[in-house]
Amino acid sequence: MNVETTFKVQELQARYIQALDGDKLEDWPNFFTEACRYLVTTADNLAQGMPLGMIYATSRAMLRDRVRSLREANVYEAQRYRHMIGPPVLEEGEGGVVRARTNFMVVRTMHTGETLLFATGVYDDRIVLEGSEAPCFKEKIVVLDSRQIDTLLAIPL
Amino acid sequence: MTAAAARRWPAEGVARVPYWVYSDRDLFEEEQERIFRGATWNFLCLGAELPKPNSYRTSAVGAMPVVVTRDAEGKLHAFENRCAHRGSLLCINERGEARDIVCVYHNWSYDLAGNLTGVAFRKGMAGKGGMPPDARPDENPPRKLRVETIGGLIFGTLSDKTPPLEEYLGPEIAKGIRRVMRAPVRVLGGYSQMLPSNWKLYMENVKDSYHASLLHTFFTTFRLNRLSQKGGLVISETGGNHISYSLAADTGGKEYEQAGMRAAQEGFGLEAPQMLHHVDEYGDGIGLQILSVSPTFVLQQTRNSLAVRRLVTHGIERTELVWTIFGFADDDEAMTERRLQQANLIGPAGYISMEDGAAPGFVQRGVNTAADVLSVVEMGGRGIKSEDTRVTEASVRGFWTFYRAQMGL
Repeated sequence: MNVETTFKVQELQARYIQALDGDKLEDWPNFFTEACRYLVTTADNLAQGMPLGMIYATSRAMLRDRVRSLREANVYEAQRYRHMIGPPVLEEGEGGVVRARTNFMVVRTMHTGETLLFATGVYDDRIVLEGSEAPCFKEKIVVLDSRQIDTLLAIPL
Repeated sequence: MTAAAARRWPAEGVARVPYWVYSDRDLFEEEQERIFRGATWNFLCLGAELPKPNSYRTSAVGAMPVVVTRDAEGKLHAFENRCAHRGSLLCINERGEARDIVCVYHNWSYDLAGNLTGVAFRKGMAGKGGMPPDARPDENPPRKLRVETIGGLIFGTLSDKTPPLEEYLGPEIAKGIRRVMRAPVRVLGGYSQMLPSNWKLYMENVKDSYHASLLHTFFTTFRLNRLSQKGGLVISETGGNHISYSLAADTGGKEYEQAGMRAAQEGFGLEAPQMLHHVDEYGDGIGLQILSVSPTFVLQQTRNSLAVRRLVTHGIERTELVWTIFGFADDDEAMTERRLQQANLIGPAGYISMEDGAAPGFVQRGVNTAADVLSVVEMGGRGIKSEDTRVTEASVRGFWTFYRAQMGL
């Protein structure tokens, strides 16, 4: 994998987590292709070959629906995330798509100040590098190490 | 004096709930004995989670760790996950296949019915050590549960006094379970939520049909409730078990999607309402059925999203909500995809259930310093009768009727 590809992927990942951590949720769907796959699941479900997710979207429209629901419908206490990601491990795919596996940790801070290690896991991404909107995620599978979520999962990972 | 005896329920009966029920530590311990180890049926797991003979999975009854097994002949058993010897957990993995259960600590072994079958080095080695000949190593064996099933759901009870499961459920609740569990199950996955609240607050939330359209604004915000949805509430004679149901607002046809699209264009509605496309798999028009069996079981049909939920009471203010989401073995690919998409409605990130993880915690934080204050629970009157409206707290009062009877309060 050349240095330029690695740089592009890291740059995409960095902008992605900055958008989530900076409450720019409206930008979040734009990190994906129009038809995409976003799935938050657990390592345990994957190990058992079970397809269930906590959040599952197959289009940018579904991601936008989730953002609007979080903004307008759902009730949850004010909170923010801080994502920390490791360097991605890259694999060349077909048609200019790269697979990137990236470790992540998310710390959640509530409005009360309560700070908690909220989630750890791996982003298993398929990233489109060519095209007008590239780079962006064609697929993002968020594999949580734990099957247990504290209270609720409002902001996406 | 027991914690329950030291407390007095308000004279108004179940139309009042004293806040000490959520914060009294002694009462929490007593609940373990009188409710979870008492004359109640506790949901353990789905039969589909033990698909093969010689398999096990771990579960819990209240705070007590439990092993559920399917033996070589296919018979189900459940027993306390505690070795007769030093009390160690017998199974430290969540699930597995085994012909016998061997305690990791000192290799004492059990058959899949929970009977002690072997004590390592019982006779010592080379004539030294070992147990005295008159020792009774199984003096304090893991407690066995009586097991019964309905519609592929496995329940267990630790008390001899518990009536047969069918009787405990009541005919209407049993019918509601059989309705949902219409075919052999395929498990689609699971997860859990750690709730910062007492277990009873979550169960009240489940039984409280009054809060649904008020706390969860997903459907109303996106104008998805087009018709006033007909529904109602069924409460078992004991009060402890309930069904809340409503008819689907639509027939699942194009009309609904087009209405959704239209609302989206006007700036309301969802952009991708296909997610909610409901197929009436039961042929009765019911789009939502929430069913609970006290103390801590929930069976949920939200459109085509099906799940069982159970609680593990880790502490007075720490309750784990365990979800198992399923479909049926004969589902086609489109139905499985539909169930996975509609799973967006439920769980910790669910459009309509995310708030249920937090709301019980809001109450817990509010009442921890108000032990002697009473909650007024009079929506829909003061009784526990079945009703054809969901704007009522009748099943919450039903829960407290059950609770008081179990606790002698």
